[in-house]
Amino acid sequence: MTFKTFIGLEIHIELKTKAKMFCRCAADYFGHEPNTHVCPVCLGLPGALPVPNKKAIELTIMVGQALNCQINSFSKFDRKNYFYPDLPKGYQISQYDLPFCKNGEFLNVKITRTHLEEDTAKLTHLRLDGKEVSLIDFNRSGVPLLEIVTEPDIKSSKQAKGFLKKLAQTVRYLNVSDCNMEKGSMRLEVNISLGKDRLPDYKVELKNLNSFRFAEKAIDYEIKRQRETLEKGEKPIQETRGWDEKRQRTFSQRTKEEAQDYRYFPEPDIPPIRLNEKEVTEIKNSLPELPEEKKQRFIKVYRLSEYNASLLTENIKTANFFEGSASLAQKEGIETSKIANILNNRKINISKISTGKFVKDILDEKNKVQIKDQDLDKIIKKVLENNQEVVKEIKKGKEIAIEFLVGQVMKETKGQVDPNHARSILREKIKSA
Amino acid sequence: MKSSKLTEKNIKHLSKLAGLKLTKAELSKFPKQLSEILTYVESLNKLDTKKIEPTAQVTGLENITREDKSGKSLTADEVLSNAKKKDKNFFVTKAILEK
Amino acid sequence: MNIDQLTIVKAKEGLKKKEFSSLELVEGYFKNIKKKNSQLNAFITLCEKEALLEAKKADKLISEGVKKSLLGIPMAFKDNFLTRGIKTTAASKVLQNYIPVYDATVVDKLKKAGVIILGKTNMDAWAHGSSGEASDFGLTRNPYDRNKVPGGSSSGSATAVASRMALAATGTDTGGSIRQPASFCNVVGLKPTYGRVSRYGIIAMASSLDAIGHLTKTVADSALLLGITAGQDKFDATTSPSPVGDYLKNIKKSVKNIKIGVPKEYFREGLEQNVKSKIKAALKEFEKLGVKVEEVSLPHTEYALAVYYIIQPAEVSSNLARYDGIRYGLGRKMFAGEAKRRIMLGTFTLSSGYWEAYYLKAMKARTLIKEDFDKVFKKVDALITPVSPTLPFKIGEKTADPLKMYLSDIYTVTANLAGIPGISIPAGFVNNLPVGMQILGPHFSEDLLFRLAYHYEQKTEFYKKKPV
Repeated sequence: MTFKTFIGLEIHIELKTKAKMFCRCAADYFGHEPNTHVCPVCLGLPGALPVPNKKAIELTIMVGQALNCQINSFSKFDRKNYFYPDLPKGYQISQYDLPFCKNGEFLNVKITRTHLEEDTAKLTHLRLDGKEVSLIDFNRSGVPLLEIVTEPDIKSSKQAKGFLKKLAQTVRYLNVSDCNMEKGSMRLEVNISLGKDRLPDYKVELKNLNSFRFAEKAIDYEIKRQRETLEKGEKPIQETRGWDEKRQRTFSQRTKEEAQDYRYFPEPDIPPIRLNEKEVTEIKNSLPELPEEKKQRFIKVYRLSEYNASLLTENIKTANFFEGSASLAQKEGIETSKIANILNNRKINISKISTGKFVKDILDEKNKVQIKDQDLDKIIKKVLENNQEVVKEIKKGKEIAIEFLVGQVMKETKGQVDPNHARSILREKIKSA
Repeated sequence: MKSSKLTEKNIKHLSKLAGLKLTKAELSKFPKQLSEILTYVESLNKLDTKKIEPTAQVTGLENITREDKSGKSLTADEVLSNAKKKDKNFFVTKAILEK
Repeated sequence: MNIDQLTIVKAKEGLKKKEFSSLELVEGYFKNIKKKNSQLNAFITLCEKEALLEAKKADKLISEGVKKSLLGIPMAFKDNFLTRGIKTTAASKVLQNYIPVYDATVVDKLKKAGVIILGKTNMDAWAHGSSGEASDFGLTRNPYDRNKVPGGSSSGSATAVASRMALAATGTDTGGSIRQPASFCNVVGLKPTYGRVSRYGIIAMASSLDAIGHLTKTVADSALLLGITAGQDKFDATTSPSPVGDYLKNIKKSVKNIKIGVPKEYFREGLEQNVKSKIKAALKEFEKLGVKVEEVSLPHTEYALAVYYIIQPAEVSSNLARYDGIRYGLGRKMFAGEAKRRIMLGTFTLSSGYWEAYYLKAMKARTLIKEDFDKVFKKVDALITPVSPTLPFKIGEKTADPLKMYLSDIYTVTANLAGIPGISIPAGFVNNLPVGMQILGPHFSEDLLFRLAYHYEQKTEFYKKKPV
């Protein structure tokens, strides 16, 4: 029996704002002393009230636009009510029926919605005085969180991984978030189910996937597990499962039978947000060129290979460094493809060198090699003369010995020659000698 | 609007959702008291509101936001000053199952 | 200095003219408190030591010529206003040892204006009540008749001002909790327009209904206080950017030809005859002042209480979710019956399967109620209605039946649903029991309300009759 795989993703991304979502506490919490970035609002003290961060809203709309979503011109926040120790107010301020962005599409996967909410506190479980306890740090409470939900359009683990990588790259390009799974600035949940032709009436939720790699493995495992269940004529249980990296399998965490009743209602403490077309267009115009666009442009304008262009546009800093260098290089008559090759193949630390110096170094190298060609001949003759035993060995068939001679040439020229070039001249001379 | 009868059984379920533990006295009193109040508020059934927009806020305000600037926070001592249980600079609570 | 006759306006003058000192004022109030509070139970927390210290500081500043609008004036604060370093309980055992680490915006504003905090007043726990009997720290009694309730939930504030234990007191009004106790205790109670005064730092009851106001002896005092507490607050996104005027400036301007509407729905069965006749008499007084009185209709009035008792408990159930005992407080098992009842009710009307039939329906009906007022204010400038359908009732009379208690709010909840301002002022006595009336106006019409109230007050002088 063949089954179709239906995978939908729920991605949470922490926004890189200076302040938290509803208060003025610093949003950067990673690595700080516990409970030092906290105020009445994000601690949920009696009497505290939320005031939304304008930048967080703008970043949300930017991401929505990068995902080709429709932007709701009228939007609001809602309360999602449930009890948990990491949720200080006993409700999370989120968005329910009027999210900022909806109905988008990215890499042929439909985006259901992109909305804005606040993050919860951090819980650490341990044993204290003989009892199982949770330690709570509210530094993370209230940090702005973007939630992206896709339709179950993804059909394989490979596609899921590709989607996630590209999504993370895009979000980083927008300078909206670091999208770092290890630091928790990007989190992932996967909904997966198998059906004969259409979406079945159950789904399994995979949680606590700490990397794209784990997600890929978990999906593959689940597809296999669910297929086996279905082939037996049974229906997989609707539940939440986690990934066990040690045992390389998913395991049941909780049955999702009784869905939580969040009792959503409009957040009375925050007036709604109304955006006009001008504002939405302004935000769209402020979107930087996205990775795919940039890659295509590099291929066309700088005549790069797909491979080189892809590598260069991996992150925006490298891409910008390349463009800066390329425009300088063109003035000096150096080929942009050469610049691309050097950047991709040699380990250039672009944060420690300016584009100007980088191009100048290449120019010097080019000039040095040209000048040395006349003197190279002299040096190669000298090396051959001084190493006649080695030449004999090479003539006898020990090809590899030529590397010693190449090394000698490099020494004599103080490295100012392309070793491949030196090698070919040496071979020529040895052959003709 | 359905006419709802709150029984001791669904009051128990409701109390869990509400994060409350009801006393025996409350478990026996509440079904009647809450049902009476619900019956009273069900008088809204008489109103035709099909074409009416809901009012969530009366201010008429929109787009009240704050600039993305970070400011002062409380000190850890202030944050923890009213905590029942604390350990170093953390709040302590008994461990709960996954949410 | 006769404390019994002081008002804020008179106290300011007296301090300025050096007729007495702030220290004498504070000492005087604490003398009254020691005499009366044990029987009336208006205060949960008293701050005598700190208040005397602050009074001395205030006197020094006054002698140096420092000008602050309320320098040296002693006030009481309802115990749902967070006061930094001073225990704040909302009259609930859940918070019986809670010491806030920040001040409410209103507290901060009043402190900056020079106010001295006498203490925190008693209330119905979590502001859930209309009588003052639902405090976890004992009920409060009406100073005019100790067997009667002072009204709620700002019970302690009303009692303190009426019995001269404080010059003024802050309050909150979600469904009538300032206006009703004001009317039961012969004081002036202001419920400002929703969003006129910041809610930041005040323990939330129902977020879309809570209005932050105060109780005073006189209308001028009320106007003075509003001038300080009103204004947009960057910590409360629901506060209005509309500018704060000088509420005392036009208070004495003539009220001739102002149009007052009398909504017929507020005078139907359920309204005690005694109360009705006092309001009718008041309307006659207004006519003598040149006001034009006409009958109007607010057709959806009969549904207001139902709308209120769906929306308010729903918001309450969410606002009280934070009291889990981890970061502060003693946890949810300390909630008393009324709080539990409202949390249960609210959770139910928001729950899946019921939300549409109850909560959404109530939000739609709220639109109709608000529209009633919008339409009527195109015809008249203000409305006059009773505050309570009955005289101050006997302690214990309504505590057995929650619904019976809720019905006390029928005339007051409408203003909270529409967000409009209302002022309750003394309108006379029946068997020595105070009767109040309320003047309601469109959004941000507080200065009109003060003007109307002032003229009536000056004519009738009911505020001068103190409790025995």
